[in-house]
Order: sequence, then structure tokens, then C-alpha cells
Amino acid sequence: MSLQDFIDDAISPWLNDGGEDNDIVLSSRIRLARNLDKVPFPTSGQEEPLTKVLEYMEQEFSGQSFNGFKDFQLAKMSDLEPIEKRVLIEKHLISPNLAENEGSGAVLISKNEQVSIMVNEEDHLRLQIYYPGLQLKTAVDTAFEIDDWIEGKIGYAFDEEKGYLTSCPTNVGTGLRASVMMHLPALTMTNQMNQIVPEINKLGLVVRGIYGEGSEALGNLYQVSNQVTLGKSEEEIIQDLTSVVRELIDSERRSREWIVQQSGIQLEDKLYRSYGILSNSRIIHSKEASKCLSDIRLAIDLGWIKGVSKTILNELMVLTQPGFLQHYAKKGLSPRERDVFRAKLIRERLTMEQED
Amino acid sequence: MECQRCHKNDASVHYTQVINGKKDEVHLCEECAEKEGYMDFSNQHLSMHQFLTSMVPLDSAFNKSQSIKPETTTQCDYCGMTYGEFRRKGKFGCSHCYESFSSYLTPLLKRVHSGNTEHVGKIPKRIGGNLHKQREVESLQTKLQEAIQAEAFEEAATIRDQIHQLKQELEEERKGGEA
Repeated sequence: MSLQDFIDDAISPWLNDGGEDNDIVLSSRIRLARNLDKVPFPTSGQEEPLTKVLEYMEQEFSGQSFNGFKDFQLAKMSDLEPIEKRVLIEKHLISPNLAENEGSGAVLISKNEQVSIMVNEEDHLRLQIYYPGLQLKTAVDTAFEIDDWIEGKIGYAFDEEKGYLTSCPTNVGTGLRASVMMHLPALTMTNQMNQIVPEINKLGLVVRGIYGEGSEALGNLYQVSNQVTLGKSEEEIIQDLTSVVRELIDSERRSREWIVQQSGIQLEDKLYRSYGILSNSRIIHSKEASKCLSDIRLAIDLGWIKGVSKTILNELMVLTQPGFLQHYAKKGLSPRERDVFRAKLIRERLTMEQED
Repeated sequence: MECQRCHKNDASVHYTQVINGKKDEVHLCEECAEKEGYMDFSNQHLSMHQFLTSMVPLDSAFNKSQSIKPETTTQCDYCGMTYGEFRRKGKFGCSHCYESFSSYLTPLLKRVHSGNTEHVGKIPKRIGGNLHKQREVESLQTKLQEAIQAEAFEEAATIRDQIHQLKQELEEERKGGEA
């Protein structure tokens, strides 16, 4: 496999198509949790009825298309190699939780990888849809259409008072989790995130790093999502989230301007040094790689580095995860070998940009 | 502090072991700690859901007034899950559990969903037009109040007519159902 093919493989096609405010919001995601009526939840561990759910989904939806989402393919967890599962997790098409369900777990993925439907994760069905940039409204409208399409063949567990019934009480009601992935380097550099996060939490929204553990956000990438799913309509949830995201975008833009004004040449130097590291290093840890990738992306947004595509941040963040590296190397790699391989891959990717 | 074993990564596992009264402090990074067998980090991360559901108190006030414990006696008649099991797992066994444990759910839902207990969003199509229409009447009534407050009386009149129309349709459906 050539590097180009591999990247086509690593980057879901939908990611390359713009979207609103895409210098700061990398992607919008909608997830709907749905269950079948009169079937125990996957959390009950009763294999027989769950296998029937899987068989039914395969029979009704595998190979089907809906509007622009062509040719849904079903992959059973029991048929996938550990590395293949890891790659699907790193592309955010399945959850680590689903990967562990070797018995009845499966996923339906549309050809363009924009829609994935997890079968027998925590709930019978978890429908996910991604859009580039800030497009929550479009995403939720489309998710509803797909939801209605699925509902045509399935009776959902629904209660007039409690709404869509889910395995976990934190999802009941709309079963909706809306989230946006944001790149917030200036707010992080100026230490403002520490103050902003608790404020956002008070509004029933959650902010966390996408990569990295705890409060650490590798690559200055954050995910903002709703926590409350009951007592608010989907429109309200989306509106609340969108208005907070817009605030964050404005603050990030103001902070970028401020840093450039205050310390233009120092910032330019810092960002170009990161470019230097990525273009030349022979061993690189994922933490350093994420930091440098975030710097390059900021330099592209500020118009300093030209001729490198914006998607390099999202692309290489996925590409340099352990699963992808090993998939590309076609063998298992020790952490040390991964660091060498990661450095090589990033160098090749950057050279490719310059040739284009 | 760097890891004592690989001297490369930051130490994030700090461990004091006492063997025969001799105290040893160990500082390792996650990777080395896992290799040395001190800890298994896969699946260690507490999810937000686990965190929220474990926070819910065991309806202490309710227990005091009752001699029987709901943990073992309240059971879902569809999947067999007991209330105690639900408390431990934080996950329901089936959709009927919501009904079976309904008397204990309100405080939990309130805590998790900022005080809300009732769904106001999307409704499955198969539930039929009835509930859709009822919800629309409710939402129009709110709009009507807003319009009156804003003294937009022309708009209020239109909304009132819409409500009237929907209510008539609901009434006819109900009669049809009885006949």
C-alpha cells in the first residue's frame, strides 16, 4: 500500500469538505442511542436475543443505501483482527467498548464513513454521523432522517414520559449526544481553558481532551458535548451547544490576535521550530508529535506556513496513533519502534505536501 | 519525576511497598508499571456515566421508613434484574426496568439531567399522530402565552386557531377510537 492510499484509508472522505468555522471546529458529531422494544439490553449479557438483533440488522441493512449514504457494510467484531478494530477505534467509527463485544457486537459503516451504526454496544443501536466544521443542525436533521429510515424496520423502545429508553440513565430521553471537536491552541497557551471549562460544565455541557488522559488535551484538541438528554428537545440541545461553541470560537480568535500582537516573532519562531522538528526528527513520542502538529496547524491558520493542507492536524493525529502505525507497518511495534516509525511517517507526509 | 525503570517517561504511578518492615518507594511510568505487573490500566478510566450513576445515594430517606430493602425485593418482571444489581452496574437490563424501578428513578434522573424528568424531544413515527399532536398543542400554548405577553395579538389569534384545530382533530380521533 502506498502512503497516499494509506492516508485515503486513514482519513474518512467526509473530513475534507470544509464546513463552517473549520479553522477552529474540526468536526461535528451527532450520536443517537436507540433500543429495540421487548429485547434485553446488551448490558444484560444475554447472548441469544442479542445475536438475533445482530442477524436482523445484517439481513435488513447490510449492503443497503440511504440517500447520499451508500452501501452500508456490516463488520462483526468476531471477524476483525485486533489491529483492524484498533484502527476503527482511532477513526472514531467504533468505541473501545464495542470492540470488546466479540459475541454479538458489529458495526454498519456507510461507504464514505460519515455514518456508522454500532450494533450491541451499550445500547442495541448507536447511530453516529460526522460533518466537517460546525454543522450541528445539518447533522441532527440528517441523523433524524436515518433514524426514521431505521425505525421503518424496527420498533424502538420508547416511553411517552421518559422518551427513548436507553441502557444507561444518562442517555434516556433524546438519546442524543452532540459534540464538536475544536482546536484551541491560543486559549490553551494563555491558560484560559482552566477557567473556561468549569463555566461550561455549569451549563450542562462537558469539555474534555480528545486524545490524552484526564484534563490533558493532546494536540490542543477538545471535545465539547451535551450531558443532559432529558427535558430538553434536540433543537434546544443543539442551540445551547452551538452558542457555547460560537463563544469559544470568538475567544479563540481574540486570543490568537492578542498573542500575535504581543509576541508575534516569538510565536512565529515557536511554530516554525515545531515544523523543523516534525520535518527532521528521527524519533518522536506521540505527545511531542501532537504538540508540534497543533503548532503547524496554527501557523497554517495564521497564514505563516503555506502549501500545507489544513487537514494535516486531524489526519496525522489519527495516523500516528499506535493502531494505525502498526497497521501501516504491517506488524506489531514496541513503543520505541513506534516512535521511530511515527517520525518517519510524519517526515514522508510533509515531503509529500511539498511535492504537490 | 522520571520513571525509575526506563528513565524516559514521566512517572505517573507512585507506589509504596512495605516488605518485612522495610519501606520502598517506587515511581514508574504507566507503561513500565504495567510491564512490572503493578497495575492493569486497560479499562481503568472511570467514565462520566459510571461517575454520575455511582453518585446517586441509595434513597436513604425511603429506606428508613421501610423495613424491606428495595435492593433485593424490587425486581424487573421482564428481565429479572433487581434494583440492587441496577445500582451496582448503573445500567438497566431492559426497557421494562424503567417501569419496574420507576418509584426510585425520579431522584436519579433529576440529578443526572439538571432536574428534568420528562422527555420533550423527538417521538417515533409509529407512536402515531396522537402524541405528536398533543405535544404540538403544548408547544403552541407556550407560544400563545409568549405572543400575549409581547402584545402580538394578531399572531396570538393565529396560534389560538391552530390550537383549536388540533384539539378538534384529537377529539375526533378519540371518538373514532371508541367507536
